[in-house]
Amino acid sequence: MLIDCPHCGPRDLAEFSYQGDATRTRPDLASTDTKAWLDYVYHRPNPAGRHREFWQHAGGCRAHLVVERDTLTHEIFTVSFARKTSGGDAA
Amino acid sequence: MSPRRSTSGGLIDRTRTVRFTFDGENLSGHAGDTLASALLANGVSLMGRSFKYHRPRGVFSAGVDEPNALVTLLRGGVREPNIPATQIEIYDGLRAESQNRFPSLAWDLGAVNQLGGRLIGAGFYYKTFMGPVIGPLKGTRFWMMCEHFIRRAAGLGRADYEADPSRYERVNAFCDVLVVGGGIAGLMAAEAAAKAGKRVILAEQEPVTGGFARWSGETNEGKQAHEWASNLTARLASLDNVRLLTRTAVWGYYDGNTLAALERVHDHVARTPKGHPRQRHWTIRATDVVLATGALERPIVFPGNDRPGVMLAGAARRYAAEFGILPGNRTIFFTNNDSAYEAAATIKRAGGHVAAIVDVRARISSAASELATAAGVSPLTGHAIVGTKCGKTLSRVFVQAYDAASGTLSGDARPLECDSLAVSGGWQPVLHLASQAGAKPVWDEEKQAFLPPEPTQRWAGAGAFLGTFGTVDALGSGRDAGLKCAGKRPSRGKLPEIAPEPLDLTPAPVLEIRGKGKAFVDFQHDVIADDVRLAHREGFVSVEHLKRYTTLGMATDQGKTSNVPGLAIMAAARGITIPEAGTTRFRPPYSPVAIGAMAAERYGDLKPERYTPIHDWHVDHGAEMTPAGLWHRPLVYAAAGETVEQAYIREAAAVRRSVGIVDVSTLGKIAVKGPDAATFLDRVYTNTFSTLKVGKARYGLMLREDGIAFDDGTTWRLGETDFLMTTTTANAGAVMQHLEYCLDILWPELKVHLTSVTDQWAGAAIAGPKARAVLERCVTGTRVDNETLPFMGIVHGEIEGAPVMICRLSFSGELAYEVYCAAGYGTLIWEALMEAGEPFDITPYGMEALGALRIEKGHVTGAEIDGRTTARDLYLDWMLSKKKPFIGSGLMDRPALIDKNRLRLVGVISLDGQKLGGGAHLVERGTPDEPGESIGHVTAFCYSPALQKYIGLALVRGGKARHGTRAYLSDPLRKRFGQVEIVSHHLFDPDGERMHG
Repeated sequence: MLIDCPHCGPRDLAEFSYQGDATRTRPDLASTDTKAWLDYVYHRPNPAGRHREFWQHAGGCRAHLVVERDTLTHEIFTVSFARKTSGGDAA
Repeated sequence: MSPRRSTSGGLIDRTRTVRFTFDGENLSGHAGDTLASALLANGVSLMGRSFKYHRPRGVFSAGVDEPNALVTLLRGGVREPNIPATQIEIYDGLRAESQNRFPSLAWDLGAVNQLGGRLIGAGFYYKTFMGPVIGPLKGTRFWMMCEHFIRRAAGLGRADYEADPSRYERVNAFCDVLVVGGGIAGLMAAEAAAKAGKRVILAEQEPVTGGFARWSGETNEGKQAHEWASNLTARLASLDNVRLLTRTAVWGYYDGNTLAALERVHDHVARTPKGHPRQRHWTIRATDVVLATGALERPIVFPGNDRPGVMLAGAARRYAAEFGILPGNRTIFFTNNDSAYEAAATIKRAGGHVAAIVDVRARISSAASELATAAGVSPLTGHAIVGTKCGKTLSRVFVQAYDAASGTLSGDARPLECDSLAVSGGWQPVLHLASQAGAKPVWDEEKQAFLPPEPTQRWAGAGAFLGTFGTVDALGSGRDAGLKCAGKRPSRGKLPEIAPEPLDLTPAPVLEIRGKGKAFVDFQHDVIADDVRLAHREGFVSVEHLKRYTTLGMATDQGKTSNVPGLAIMAAARGITIPEAGTTRFRPPYSPVAIGAMAAERYGDLKPERYTPIHDWHVDHGAEMTPAGLWHRPLVYAAAGETVEQAYIREAAAVRRSVGIVDVSTLGKIAVKGPDAATFLDRVYTNTFSTLKVGKARYGLMLREDGIAFDDGTTWRLGETDFLMTTTTANAGAVMQHLEYCLDILWPELKVHLTSVTDQWAGAAIAGPKARAVLERCVTGTRVDNETLPFMGIVHGEIEGAPVMICRLSFSGELAYEVYCAAGYGTLIWEALMEAGEPFDITPYGMEALGALRIEKGHVTGAEIDGRTTARDLYLDWMLSKKKPFIGSGLMDRPALIDKNRLRLVGVISLDGQKLGGGAHLVERGTPDEPGESIGHVTAFCYSPALQKYIGLALVRGGKARHGTRAYLSDPLRKRFGQVEIVSHHLFDPDGERMHG
């Protein structure tokens, strides 16, 4: 699998670390809603097909990326910075 | 002793003799021989014993599909088992041994298994080792003993206990077009793509390209086909944009057109040249791939089809044409298609005698008739072979009239004398890589073979892979595949002229002749046709179940010869068609790959190693180094004649008595900077850092999101927005990644910058009552007294003119300081500290003493923060801030995580004066043989010089509630059982008076 890192270009899977499901929403830091926390930490839809995942380019620029890919065919549709999608600045 | 070398012919170099041994016997062959061809030339037809039944077996094929003739190679004292003799190029001094026989290949005691064949059919293990339900042998214990002997009797070669001394290397390669297979089609594809300017890699698993052209006997543009192929190969080799890899098997096809290949660089010579690898693992990323992997011949399943002397017809042809070897004095052919006729004619031309051609078909083509005439026989059509007779070698076969349409035999079986039998059940394209790439093979009823599906990745097929078996087709489809990969349309250009005309190889749909006796489907795993039917009767009808229940196709040859016949038999048993029965998906590797080749430099002397800046000093001063992850750290600095235990006890005692010094450069160090750095640390640590004053350090604990403890360490506030975080050595990478995740994904609004500075700082910890006195003697630019440098204080100064940062903190429980400097000054500072400590007899100490000191103090490390323990389990709940949320605070109070009976940290003291053992369990009562239920386990142990006892830390159920009680250490692995007392984990100086002093 090749991931097209927006910083570094297409790089081999071996340079990346899987960092989890990107469709989850983390409860607010101060939240005491145990169910919301349990959902966040443990609940995985694990779809067979299109999915959004976090990958870190650990062996490269170290940026976290949101990779949209098909879990059945491993086809990759989009790759973007996790920071931008979360609304932060990319600095 | 029937096979032999013909007087002329073949592509071997008869002027060069190569000497080798097989089972200790001195034999010779010629350059160009495989071990299989050389053994045949020496009249050796018995090459191995079968897996389960220990039946005598000879070589069955001439290539990668060989199921029978597996041997063990002995190279420089190392045994390499299960290598097909057909894949071994002989060299002077080669030593090979047959396998799975005792005491010898010819007289094998295990052959008695043949008599019990009905008892050890499919599912034997599953049925047997359940054990009887009643009686004295009830249960599985007795059977586990039997299993030991049964497993010894069933098997392949045995692996070695010695380390593999070979060097392997890994290569990454990139190309526009990867051509897999260097036969005619592959060569044409490579040429077409190369001419269009593409960067091409051509991989051929055999030592020489040409494939079928090497033994077809055809002429190509008026030249011998093998010459034509070698000329084309030479032209390709001269091109800058073509890389030719021979002896290179492409064995895996992965996502994104990434393929794996194994190059056997120096397996064909006695000694790998210095500096060269024995084998090379290739990872090849190709924009386009041409699969020109050819086809493999299928056997026909009939009783006794596994005797020595029985081989595939195409193999017999190849041995005759390429190696000048005749399969025997009287050869019979048995076939369901025309290809055997060509083989028969080849044998006749090479000087052999064809005794008969038995064909299941009632009528044959005129081309086949002509070839039969050339072979000097009149074919026995409408007949089948129903049995074989064999002493040491094949002596006769039995034929009977056969109706292919109904599959019925009639008349009497009559014997035909022969010493060799060549069989052809038609040809199956090699689809393994296409299947691995994600596409399901498609059954073609007319061709009676699985054909390649529509590609799911960027590949194009060529040659026999497509199910078209003529050389003209191979030339055309090869060229078109190469052009397609170059983005061009198929060519109408003239193709080289081939003679003679190709045959139609469509077989009759007959893959099994049913009769009395064992008819083998999977030769290597000894799976017979009746096993497949047994699996059907017992309900294992899906191909996936069939495979696992009978182990069909699961041997080292991965069912190259057995898959299609096995499916055909199952389909017939179920009364359905082969496509309805389905096929299993092929998995990598296509052919066996040494684990060493995949590990390559990640193993042994080429594994990366991390040295601290002070490494050389440790080594020069007698340190015994120990690995800590990739780091090397001093274990002890043993004096002459000292054991490790004596050394660490001396070192630890010196710390408590006077002063010691230890290298802590390996601790993970992360610079956390920015306006929101303090806020960030408050969120990732359980305790508060925003209140920390500049110039002070604080011990911090991190949890995971699920509330389990993750890592601990001290973080120093160097400035208002400038922190230096330290982590444990082992978790440095994981903590960095965790922090980056938090900033990138959870809180991108925080203005914080992280830099790993582990390698930039060298560190030495000075510990002991005299630690301050040591610093006073060498530190300039700052005072280090209790007022200037209180507990957890930080000062900046110089040692020998080099800037240092000193933090007063303690892991050992003594008055202690960590002195950090730029990595390049590491040894300078270390030596200055050693010199300053001389009057106090300063003692360098290693990991063992460090461990003993921290165990005495009950400080936790990775042995206790083991991914299962919570802060409360470790009695670190005082670090859980109630004033702010942090990572893990949401889930750390779940009922199961605050249960009273969780395993919690305690200290243990050995009561019998004997050592404890890491990982040993603690039990409340019991005997060495029948220990009771575990109440926990020892995480770390040492001899405590301070307490003069063997002590340890442990995680036990209930923790503190057991203080003052007794338990037993149960350690059956080390044969140890003894009483211990459970105490507080603060074993020494519980109030911390020494470090605050």
